[in-house]
Amino acid sequence: MIWQALADGILTGAVIALGAIGVSFTLQIMRFANFSHAELLTWGAYVTMVFVAFAGPGSPTSGLSFGWQMMAALSLAAFLTGLTAWALDRVLFRRLRHRGAQHMTLVFASFGAALVLRHLIVLIWGHDSRFYTRELQMTIEVFPGVRVLPDQVFILLVALVVLTALHLFLRFSRTGIAMRATAENPALAQCCGMEVDKVIRATWIIGGALAAAAGVFTGLTPQVNPDVGHQLLLPLFAAAILGGIGSLAGAVVGGLLVGIAENVLLLVVSPGYKQAMSFMLLLVVLLVRPQGIFGERKEGDR
Amino acid sequence: MSGLVSYLIFFACIVMILGIVTIGLNLQWGFTGIFNAGVVGFYAIGGYTQAILTAAPAAGHLGNFGLPWIVGIAAAMVVTGLAAWLIGWITIGLRDDYLAITSFGIAVTIQLVTLNWSELTGGPNGLTRIARPLASVFDTPAAFNLWFLVLLVLVTAAVYTALERMLQSPWGRVLRAIREDELAAVSLGKSARNFRLQAFVIGSMLMGLAGALYVSFIGFVSPFDFLPIFTFQVWAMLIVGGSGNNRGALLGALVVWSIWTASGVAVTKFVPPSFAAQGAAVQVILIGLALILVLIYRPRGLLGERAMVSRHADS
Repeated sequence: MIWQALADGILTGAVIALGAIGVSFTLQIMRFANFSHAELLTWGAYVTMVFVAFAGPGSPTSGLSFGWQMMAALSLAAFLTGLTAWALDRVLFRRLRHRGAQHMTLVFASFGAALVLRHLIVLIWGHDSRFYTRELQMTIEVFPGVRVLPDQVFILLVALVVLTALHLFLRFSRTGIAMRATAENPALAQCCGMEVDKVIRATWIIGGALAAAAGVFTGLTPQVNPDVGHQLLLPLFAAAILGGIGSLAGAVVGGLLVGIAENVLLLVVSPGYKQAMSFMLLLVVLLVRPQGIFGERKEGDR
Repeated sequence: MSGLVSYLIFFACIVMILGIVTIGLNLQWGFTGIFNAGVVGFYAIGGYTQAILTAAPAAGHLGNFGLPWIVGIAAAMVVTGLAAWLIGWITIGLRDDYLAITSFGIAVTIQLVTLNWSELTGGPNGLTRIARPLASVFDTPAAFNLWFLVLLVLVTAAVYTALERMLQSPWGRVLRAIREDELAAVSLGKSARNFRLQAFVIGSMLMGLAGALYVSFIGFVSPFDFLPIFTFQVWAMLIVGGSGNNRGALLGALVVWSIWTASGVAVTKFVPPSFAAQGAAVQVILIGLALILVLIYRPRGLLGERAMVSRHADS
């Protein structure tokens, strides 16, 4: 039982990590909690759904419930969702930033944006649950007593590849280095000639694209509905803060811990309280170590 | 005609109840700068306290004590206050966007409790036959609603006057000082933490009071009265009306609830039933847009806070 919960936790945790990266970077680079980030997961899932409706999920290959078409659809949707995130910044958050609004005004604005984004989905696609594919999958036993779906293994692998690529990008590319510098100290980065606008654009596009991937992966197991993103809001924030904001490794470790904690706690707590688990974890982290695992203690962290 | 009048009375009652919640939030955000994103949680605690204490006894329920209405109202305020004190004691020191996430999570947790602890809360079915004040005297729906409106006007007026007095007092000035410059206030020997906690508890008690009034007005309660969207609506009311101004809070409640109701009526009139979900989505989108547009184009809200400058400032 515990091993199964652990495996499930790692699988959901990897997806949460993908979604949490955007939350974490926005918190660190733009210094506000973006409540609308979770809706980008939903948008990514639905845009992918549109492409899949045109092209089909592809013929199942090597035990998966979909073919390469699905991944092509996902890549396109990730790109579009990244652009959407950036467009949202242009029409909303950037205006408020340039006006010198308090950062809490940005949080309000993100509340409003979250409402609009989520209900636009209801308006366009309705409330019904949708499926990428009707293909049935058999679980495979990876360890004695631990069964997972082939799709889940694939998702974990894709997540690992994406995270490694992002790590290399942040480590070596000019934009990546500028992002890390701005996260560390925005004023100093600007003095050193970093183009803050460019950094902000990269942050939105990367965060949005990863959110789309997280949304699709959540939707693959097993369904998409207008609330998929919203229901991950607390886990995303819990993961970002638990790991330490602005840190890629932090978001990954945070995501995995949140995923594992949720699934292991479900062994002892009634599933009705599932949504409260990540919140409880978040509360404990904020009280015990508000800077997170990988964060450095700073003035005003709490 | 009488249909319209009775509807207007009902509408006015809801606006009053929402106005009390918005004034409570205004004390927390408008005057003290505490970001409470879990408004609906405190509203629900008040509502359920009222329901559990005053609902007619029923088999299989832990609560349903059948106590008098006024006991329920008083208890709702006390219980919400205690819950807010406990929650605030843990979270009030967090930086403001973390407080927002935390309080949002608290509201989610409270709703889960109302859904899952069915022995006490009736689960998804909720509780019925909740005490309504003087229901035996005003025994027709129209008479009862009118009487309840009078009651609500009195309660709202009392809440408004009391809060205005408190805000004029040195206590209220300290709250604003903390909001404007916490360090300066602390350096003058004011405990920012204590004052913030007090404002948080009192504001939450008002939300609890409003929840109890709502439940006793409607006569039944279910977890679906306390959806997260409620928090957003109240925030929209405060921001649209103008935070930092209690009259703005009341006006915002009226304006936003009018938009909500009018768009709801339009949806049921013009949208075919098969698209009801889409119609409801339009309502929420309007609230979200109202919030965003006010933030961009009129950040002070409709009324906004009155400038408070010392009369010696010019000389």
